[in-house]
Amino acid sequence: MHQAAHTHGGHEAAYESGWARWLYATNHKDIGTLYLWFAFAMFLTGGVMALCIRAELFQPGLQFWQPEFFNQLTTLHGIIMVFGAIMPAFTGLANWMLPLMLGAPDMAFARMNNWSFWLLPPAAALLLISLFVPGGAPAGGWTLYPPLSAQAGMGMDLAIFSIHLLGLSSIMGSINIITTILNMRAPGMTMLKMPLFAWTSLVTAYLLIAVAPVLAGAVTMLLTDRHFGTHFFSAAGGGDPVLFQHIFWFFGHPEVYIMALPAFGIVSQIIPTFARKPLFGYVSMVYATCSIAILSFMVWGHHMFAVGMPATAQLFFMFLTMLIAVPTGVKVFNWIATMWQGSMTFETPMLFAIGFVCLFTVGGFSGLVLSIAPVDTQMQDTYYVVAHFHYVLVAGALFSLFAAVYYWLPKWTGYMYHEGRGKFHFWWSMVWFNVTFFPMHFLGLAGMPRRIPDYALQFTSFNSIASVGAFCFGLGQLLFLYNVIHTIRGGVGPAPARPWEGGNTLEWEVPSPAPHHTWESPPDLTTVRRGLIAQAVEHEGESDEPKSENRA
Amino acid sequence: MSQLSMRKMMPALLLLCQPAWAEGEFWTFQPPATHIAQQIEGLHSYLMVVILAIFVLVFGVMFYAILRHRKSLGHDAKPFHENTTVEILWTLIPALILLGMAWPAASVVLAQKDTRGATMTIKATGFQWFWAYEYLDFGFGFKSKLATPQAQIDNHHNGGEAKGEHYLLEVDQELVVPVGQKIRILTTANDVIHSWGVPALGVKQDAIPGFIRDTWFKAEKIGTYRGQCVELCGKGHAFMPIVVKVVSDADFKTWIASQQARAKAMQDDPNKAWSDNDLLARGRQVYEANCATCHQADGKGSGPFPALAGSKIANGSKADHLHIVLNGKNAMPNWGSLSDVEIAAVLSYERNSWGNKAEMVHPSDVKTARGAK
Repeated sequence: MHQAAHTHGGHEAAYESGWARWLYATNHKDIGTLYLWFAFAMFLTGGVMALCIRAELFQPGLQFWQPEFFNQLTTLHGIIMVFGAIMPAFTGLANWMLPLMLGAPDMAFARMNNWSFWLLPPAAALLLISLFVPGGAPAGGWTLYPPLSAQAGMGMDLAIFSIHLLGLSSIMGSINIITTILNMRAPGMTMLKMPLFAWTSLVTAYLLIAVAPVLAGAVTMLLTDRHFGTHFFSAAGGGDPVLFQHIFWFFGHPEVYIMALPAFGIVSQIIPTFARKPLFGYVSMVYATCSIAILSFMVWGHHMFAVGMPATAQLFFMFLTMLIAVPTGVKVFNWIATMWQGSMTFETPMLFAIGFVCLFTVGGFSGLVLSIAPVDTQMQDTYYVVAHFHYVLVAGALFSLFAAVYYWLPKWTGYMYHEGRGKFHFWWSMVWFNVTFFPMHFLGLAGMPRRIPDYALQFTSFNSIASVGAFCFGLGQLLFLYNVIHTIRGGVGPAPARPWEGGNTLEWEVPSPAPHHTWESPPDLTTVRRGLIAQAVEHEGESDEPKSENRA
Repeated sequence: MSQLSMRKMMPALLLLCQPAWAEGEFWTFQPPATHIAQQIEGLHSYLMVVILAIFVLVFGVMFYAILRHRKSLGHDAKPFHENTTVEILWTLIPALILLGMAWPAASVVLAQKDTRGATMTIKATGFQWFWAYEYLDFGFGFKSKLATPQAQIDNHHNGGEAKGEHYLLEVDQELVVPVGQKIRILTTANDVIHSWGVPALGVKQDAIPGFIRDTWFKAEKIGTYRGQCVELCGKGHAFMPIVVKVVSDADFKTWIASQQARAKAMQDDPNKAWSDNDLLARGRQVYEANCATCHQADGKGSGPFPALAGSKIANGSKADHLHIVLNGKNAMPNWGSLSDVEIAAVLSYERNSWGNKAEMVHPSDVKTARGAK
């Protein structure tokens, strides 16, 4: 086997032990692990906040929290889940897997990699500390709209600095991902032979570099409005509160795809593996990814249909937003065509991937409904929107992350997870996710505003159901934690280098667990080619093979 | 999930919720009362049909594959991986379907945005946390505040009082408009962004401080329609409902006359000589109407809103106190729109309540302070 040539047993002792290994980490696998655990800790923190919110909403009236604290909960829940849980989790996966999948020895900038991770814990600490300062945590929603956010206490300043740190971290992480992908691929791994996860990570990284500074600018202007006498967003001083919304959503809409594109990449790895077929329409997947990214810069106005804009602007944003359904549809069709005529098995990663396709599509449909501006005037700022983005972010991003963890856990730990418990985790999450979020569509249609601690009586049943669902869903995630720890401690036995029959990308060519250093010398071309069966390139016809071997 | 099965599942919860609407109106749009709201509902139904058709078709194919093309049934994988014709088709067909959706939607957008030809204009101003309405064509206005008592809202104490039928959706004074007329609503706000929305009327328009936006509706049916502020505006966001009462033309005329008379009677007589006791009594009214939401009726403040009881400003110089009320500071809006008498009264009240002891403020002081500004 090829991995025999890449055994680096002799180097294993080279890294520090104990805390120093993690604090001084420059190894992409260690940093990937740090990112993933950090993201999981944030996921639990944000999750507990979500449960506090759902507890208050179980029945009408105020029972647990005062409205002020309720608003702090919804705000922090949003910021923590977006910036603390989902984004770092994807960066962690990219760190762990990209060098393995591309045949690179490590990420391009190992020390910057360390720095970009270690900015995250202080950023999270700032956010959490804000709960305990006078005036409490920011309570203006994760979108931080002024003038409301200008009224808040110093918790808002802490959140602003936290966002600065998170943005810095994201930018450095993105530079690292882009440089690694562009410069460190194994010989023979052309751009159009990369696993799709590398493509989506690349495009996501470009999006982040483009918009993270925009958000940083917006919150900095907020900061100077708050403390240094500027009036960017204050009408009294000649500013415009709506300006913030334009800037925020110019960041915010690409941000949506920053949380969705890597998920598309993961699913595009997993479905071919378990269908034992190459990914259908690889090239069109790449084009779809790029066109979604480009369109994402032109549709921010659809978050502002109720703000008031000229009819022509409303039409412009409506048409472009609808257009996004085309490349997104192409992706879904490609996944289904990949499954078609396959030889499918349904291990936990595949279940989560299929769950992703189903529920993300539901989220896509509600997105289409929301893109229709007149319908949006009814739904804007109601629970329909809450239902929509939780379908995209929980059943989308989060389910893809679960799929990724179960898929690569054998490679990370060297052990197999317990399949039965993995499947139970999937079905439990699938059922309770829908119980939690599906009724929110009805609440939104009936007109229940979002971000309210108390509601009119006709909304009671669906809110109660959603709260019960949320608690069950949340409880189920402890099983996920158990599954992961159980696997790390030996699971149901050692995993082979290639635990999945259909796994064809390069990470399956190295032993399990992946040694501390991999691909110190690049994989040879035959390994690269072997690793690309899943990308369909291999099936271009055998005639292609001697040609490229000659070139090498 | 049908409404019926939901009810079977949760009989206990049913006791808590006495649905205000008839069965079936509980999980979808409220019955539309304007042509626009009707068109929105129609668009949504049309979208749902298209979406359901696509859903069944696409997922039918997927689940067929999931059921039949599995390894456990001995199905072998066929390693095809592209087909240009199919790929072009499934790019073009959705694009055409979208075109079929965009066309009817665009005409509704244009109708929604056309605020010309309204018979009257009403200005809705969002405050933390209530709405104020001004009938610009009739020269009067009023505040419209949540009428649900706090005892119904607080469940901390003995589970709270029994909640009324229109819990959180009732106000002390409703917006009254005539049926069948195009009403233009101007929205703006005093402090932060609010949003004025009534689902049954098919309107939702953000109210932005310092800017004026407009929208319109033409109610087809007499009735009462309820909405809420839909843009997060702070701790009272859930507690500033919007109630629009649509009445016949004749009823509207009677109502307007009574409102105009009332507005006249409410005005403070500019020539009245105010005794301290009168001023303090008037001040209490002004305080409760304008200041108590933040600084609380007991003057103790809440959260970021400072206490007035024992405050340096309320016990300090008249000039400083006047300055902050007339100019605002941070979360404190400026209250220059109140009359001299109202400001003098409320300041005097604040300076002589809750243990505060400071000199009275007279309407003439306010006049001077305004002049100095």
